[in-house]
Amino acid sequence: MTNIAEKISPGDKLIAELELNQDSLTGSDVIRSTRRNALKSFSKQGLPARKSEEYKYSPVNRLFQKELSFVTASPVSDEKENSFALAGLDASVIRILNGVVHIPVSGFDSATCAAWSLKSLPKEELSFFENHFAHYALPDTDPFIALNTAAFQDVLIIKIADGAALAKPILIQNITDSTHASFTQPRIFIHVGKNASVEIIEQFASTKKEYATVCNAVSEIVVESGAKALFYKLQNDCAGLQLISTTQVYQHHDSHFDTHTVTFSGSWTRNNLNIVPDGEHCETHLNGLFILNEEQHTDNHTLVDHRKPNCESNQLYRGILKNKSTGVFNGKIYVRPDAQKTNAYQSSKNMLLSDDASMYTKPQLEIYADDVKCSHGSSTGQIDEEALFYLRARGISADSARILLMQAFAKDVVNTIRIEPLRKEIELLIEKRLAN
Amino acid sequence: MLSIKNLKAGIEDKEILKGFNLEVKAGEVHAIMGPNGSGKSTLASVLAGREDYAVTDGSVQFLKKDLLEMSPEDRAREGLFLAFQYPVEIPGVSNINFLKTALAEIRQYKGLPPMEAKDFLKRVKEKQALVELQVSLANRSVNEGFSGGEKKRNEIFQMAMLEPVLAILDETDSGLDIDALRIVANGVNKLRAPERAFIVITHYQRLLEYIVPDFVHVMYNGRIVKSGTKELALELEEKGYDWIKKELGETIEA
Repeated sequence: MTNIAEKISPGDKLIAELELNQDSLTGSDVIRSTRRNALKSFSKQGLPARKSEEYKYSPVNRLFQKELSFVTASPVSDEKENSFALAGLDASVIRILNGVVHIPVSGFDSATCAAWSLKSLPKEELSFFENHFAHYALPDTDPFIALNTAAFQDVLIIKIADGAALAKPILIQNITDSTHASFTQPRIFIHVGKNASVEIIEQFASTKKEYATVCNAVSEIVVESGAKALFYKLQNDCAGLQLISTTQVYQHHDSHFDTHTVTFSGSWTRNNLNIVPDGEHCETHLNGLFILNEEQHTDNHTLVDHRKPNCESNQLYRGILKNKSTGVFNGKIYVRPDAQKTNAYQSSKNMLLSDDASMYTKPQLEIYADDVKCSHGSSTGQIDEEALFYLRARGISADSARILLMQAFAKDVVNTIRIEPLRKEIELLIEKRLAN
Repeated sequence: MLSIKNLKAGIEDKEILKGFNLEVKAGEVHAIMGPNGSGKSTLASVLAGREDYAVTDGSVQFLKKDLLEMSPEDRAREGLFLAFQYPVEIPGVSNINFLKTALAEIRQYKGLPPMEAKDFLKRVKEKQALVELQVSLANRSVNEGFSGGEKKRNEIFQMAMLEPVLAILDETDSGLDIDALRIVANGVNKLRAPERAFIVITHYQRLLEYIVPDFVHVMYNGRIVKSGTKELALELEEKGYDWIKKELGETIEA
């Protein structure tokens, strides 16, 4: 008996568990049907194989060496949650614990913003939700999107009213109890209404520095016409986490989406950031910063799919890699035949501080329109020895000089963070991470 | 203060300094002149502690300590200052933060408490005026976007801020127009003091009209071949370096 069990691949085991549990999972008929289709899609795709182009530098087999179950651990205690607070940040806080949404009783002004878990979603909002859910993050495009869509336990739904300008940022704490061999599937849907303006921070955190849990998070964000959304993803305090995080963004005309992906901890991280500006005059900024230590692995995959004319996208990624860490940047830009007058830029610069660290960079520009301005640049190098000597020749120790130079390197990205308390917090975190 | 004896140093098996000797006392200004490739800048680099150069023989005592044993930062903290021939641009590091860090680390090394922010800013203002450096240093990165003249003035400004015991000026006059040269020389002259010494490395006599040296040394082929007073510089200007080469009995290079 055990022999047979051992032969089943991790992907097939996941399918078997999901097939057993399909009936007990939440959702309306429409959502259940979406779940079933997603499961079929995953059955077809399976977990990415070693030769998979999309996961070439981030083989996922190590995530599934331990037997994982969709059954999650008991929710994290309150005491633990509070330790992930960001100093000086006044925000409306929502927590997702092991994929289950906990909405605070107060803190939201219902006139401008509503937040629900799938279970608490009012009946009159159901069709609105069904009209969007899984319409952007398509199960057929990625096996982890398919898995999340088939297996999610709950959805955090945030709806920003048309024309609303939120005074406070929304902080979503996505917390995973990393002590159990579970496979969590947090799911978020954010709808930013026409001409609305919002700042959202998604913070990933885990309870312990153990590598048992895998978190597969999917967020869908719709930015309606004329709206402006700032979205910060902060991966800190999650040393034990193995994370696949997909953010799928759909922009309507004249909208502005500005995002930062900041990765400091997490033993293995894959960020999929897919943005579709599907209307004229959209502006999109993708910024990323990662500082890796020990044997950390971080893979940033970005995709900007320009479909309409007169849009601009700008990507700025900086990475600092220490010890035996590995970084990946794969930046894909599509400019479709209709997307004339597109301006698309991409810059990825990385600094290797050890001979054992590696960085893989792959820009992919596919341009089908003829009147566009697109460029990309990437570089991977060491610390500038001339600058280091100059600083030391003025009495600054080699260690402090290195930190000054690395801070300067990260500054290109840090300076673009608009929420001041968050920027200050990140500056402190950078200093701390660089010093050890 | 500084005693260099039989210093031999080079880079990648190529010996550049071939038995260099020099004694510098407090309050003195020494000029080192010489044709291209004679080893002037190598001397400055070796004294400042640039790691690309290997010292193969000889000794350097600075304030009775073995200079060659010290890290570049400790040399600076002991009071040695090198004004770079090519000051480095460091994007992202603000001039003010850079100077604050440097001063704090030097003071800590000497067992002094950190400088009050108010006193620090006062000093910045005062010393900036000394070299007529009008750029706003707070918002700009070290040397970034500075003109050639501004970079050189920034070197002298940093020197004024750090108040070294021994300052080495490595071709600070190169690339300066006559007005900038006067400003830089003026700054240096104001910093001349009985407890402070200067080594002025230059290709031309022109700078020495403004910074009048106590001694002039001619460097050739990795060592000092002739020493004298400021009149030697004038003689060199008149006769050229070939005169020295001839005197040494060497053939003139084409």
